[in-house]
Amino acid sequence: MSLSRMLENWSRLNQKDYYKDEPIMWGMSIDLNKCTGCASCVTACNAENNIPAVGKEKCGSGHTMSWMRIERYWDSPEGEPDLAVEESEYPERGAHFAPMMCQQCNHAPCEPVCPVAATYHNPDGLNAQVYNRCIGSRYCGTNCPFKVRYFNFFDYQEDIPHPMEMLLNPDLTVRSKGVMEKCTFCVQRLRNAKGDQADKGIRGHVEDGAVQTACQQSCPTDAIVFGNLKDGESKVSHAWESHGVELNRHEQFNAEGERGYRVFEELNVEPSVMYLDRVRDTNA
Amino acid sequence: MSDFKMKDIEWAKINEDVLASLESPRKAFWIVLAVCFALVLCGVAAEIYQYNMGLGVALMNNPHYWQTYISNFVFWIGMSHSGTLLSAILLLTHADWRKPIYRFAEAMTFFSIATAAIFPVIHIGRVWDMYWVLPYPNQHAIWPNFRSPLLWDAFAITTYATSSALFLYIGMIPDLAICRDKAKGWRKKLYTAMSLGWMGRATEWIAFQKTYVLMACFLVPLAVSVHSIVASDFAMSMMPGWHVTSFPPYFVAGALYSGCAAIITLFVLLRYLFKFEAYMTPEIMDKTARLTFAIAMAWNFLNLSEYASIWYSNDMFEHEMLIDKFTGPYAGIVWTMLFCATVVPFAMAWKKVRVNMWAMFVISLLIQLGMWLERFQIVSPPLASNHEPWTQVAVWPGLVQMTITAASFGWFTMLFLIFCKVFPSVSMYEVKEMVYHRNKHGKKKLQDLDKIKDDMIKTEEGLS
Repeated sequence: MSLSRMLENWSRLNQKDYYKDEPIMWGMSIDLNKCTGCASCVTACNAENNIPAVGKEKCGSGHTMSWMRIERYWDSPEGEPDLAVEESEYPERGAHFAPMMCQQCNHAPCEPVCPVAATYHNPDGLNAQVYNRCIGSRYCGTNCPFKVRYFNFFDYQEDIPHPMEMLLNPDLTVRSKGVMEKCTFCVQRLRNAKGDQADKGIRGHVEDGAVQTACQQSCPTDAIVFGNLKDGESKVSHAWESHGVELNRHEQFNAEGERGYRVFEELNVEPSVMYLDRVRDTNA
Repeated sequence: MSDFKMKDIEWAKINEDVLASLESPRKAFWIVLAVCFALVLCGVAAEIYQYNMGLGVALMNNPHYWQTYISNFVFWIGMSHSGTLLSAILLLTHADWRKPIYRFAEAMTFFSIATAAIFPVIHIGRVWDMYWVLPYPNQHAIWPNFRSPLLWDAFAITTYATSSALFLYIGMIPDLAICRDKAKGWRKKLYTAMSLGWMGRATEWIAFQKTYVLMACFLVPLAVSVHSIVASDFAMSMMPGWHVTSFPPYFVAGALYSGCAAIITLFVLLRYLFKFEAYMTPEIMDKTARLTFAIAMAWNFLNLSEYASIWYSNDMFEHEMLIDKFTGPYAGIVWTMLFCATVVPFAMAWKKVRVNMWAMFVISLLIQLGMWLERFQIVSPPLASNHEPWTQVAVWPGLVQMTITAASFGWFTMLFLIFCKVFPSVSMYEVKEMVYHRNKHGKKKLQDLDKIKDDMIKTEEGLS
């Protein structure tokens, strides 16, 4: 651990477009037109990522851990701002759902504030969370505009009754209390896919469709598309292109028929997840 | 100058009075100490429970990651600032009314820093790995993140704690020598070690004065930077309600404000417990109250300008947050804060109030309540009025958090009272200086003063 090592790392980090030449940048596209709000993605995510079921009581006190959540909004009457409809009214129609998980921001607000650098941007464009390094200051969570970071307020894993721990996914860790966690785009699958490619002698390229995230895999309507944004042939980059969404913009300028946007783009956080707006037939 | 009764105190009596405070406080001292100790025990129990169960028992939850532990941290760091103000700034500006009260203000600085430093430990999830925020060479080959305001906090607190402890200690050396000369038993050993062989030679005094003024010059910008860094914890984030450019000066003003109120509280407390009526006079209280009032107005101005800059900005989320603060679930907190910190200080406009100890005691407690709520309303309501609509639910601190908060007050008061029992809480040599100046330049001269001075010079010559 020398001073030169530190200076070297910092000079590299300060370069503009540090990861520009990396071959992979994982991205996602979610079509809200296709989303039915069935929450199978949430369930799949919980199963894949060893996310504890916290139970009714802790759910009520706000200690839910699901990395993915389905946000429900109601279409507002014409001319009124969104969210104007009271939740208790449950109108006949007009619900729409937005699956919300870590947006893997390229200018992530959570990264610079972590005192121990437990969250950082990895070369694949992921906003990586290092559980071993996390000391639980929760600064990342407060600074996240999407509020998609979940803190282990309790030691949930200790509550798993005996044979049930066999259900845990061996590809990734279980987290103890005092650690922040969040959606990783199923990084264990991504690593496996990269490893498989490396076994074949191919480095830096993962075939489109060779890897799926758990939420994508379980989505009955294929609303979620996942892949490498730097691969021009991938489905996800097609989706981004055909819906007029580009990186490095604060606002997307959609042409006729394009409905892409990223959530809270005006905050300049550069999310890697694109949403396709829901379209309604107002005459029906 | 004639308003100071202190000039009638003779030098020998100053020693006697202050040294007596080390021996025989009022009975109430022991009662207060016992209550504080009990509070600390409750806090320790709550912390052990929280440590074993996880932070969830403190009723923080997922969007509401930060709560009273952070507001307490800011509150105690803030309180430490007025000690420096009274001591260093008033030393540099030659305001000599500070002299009887600066020692305990400095002690307050150090002990409130010591209290504040506990809160990050209570707050973070994996306290056993807390040393990772320090940049030490390690086998992980990883440094902490130098961009994080929390890391700057770690540096700022350690620097400030070290230098304010040094400042307190250096300023105490001549007095420790007096104590050494009079004390017996374990106290004798303690004071002998701590007074570093102080003999009172002219060369020692010159070196002492230089060091002390230098430390004061160092501490003033340091104090400002420390609280600016604490403010950056919020201002550097992108949360509506935290991302406010004016936070650093606002925090510094708020720190001085709550600190001055704390000085008044402890002023009254010490005056009563240790029978310092002759030293901590109503005239000094009058000056302290005026200072507090001036700082209160500065704080109020910055508070209003914060609201104005949000109101006239074009940020929808910030607007919502501001409106939510005044009308939402936390409205009671905000309005109580505004009453305590904005309306109450106007009582200090009357001299009758300013010189009345118990009135000032009540006012200072109200101001501190207001300033504690101010820190709470900085930390909590923005977390409940966020970009994401689902986070917009109020979450109140639970029993564990409130117990630990109460314990922090107990912990601070306990340390402070023990300090006052062991060390002279009124600076003997500076009060003597003050009496000397007052008598020399005032109308009435103290008897034999010139003789004492001549004796001193002779002794000096004899020693050298």
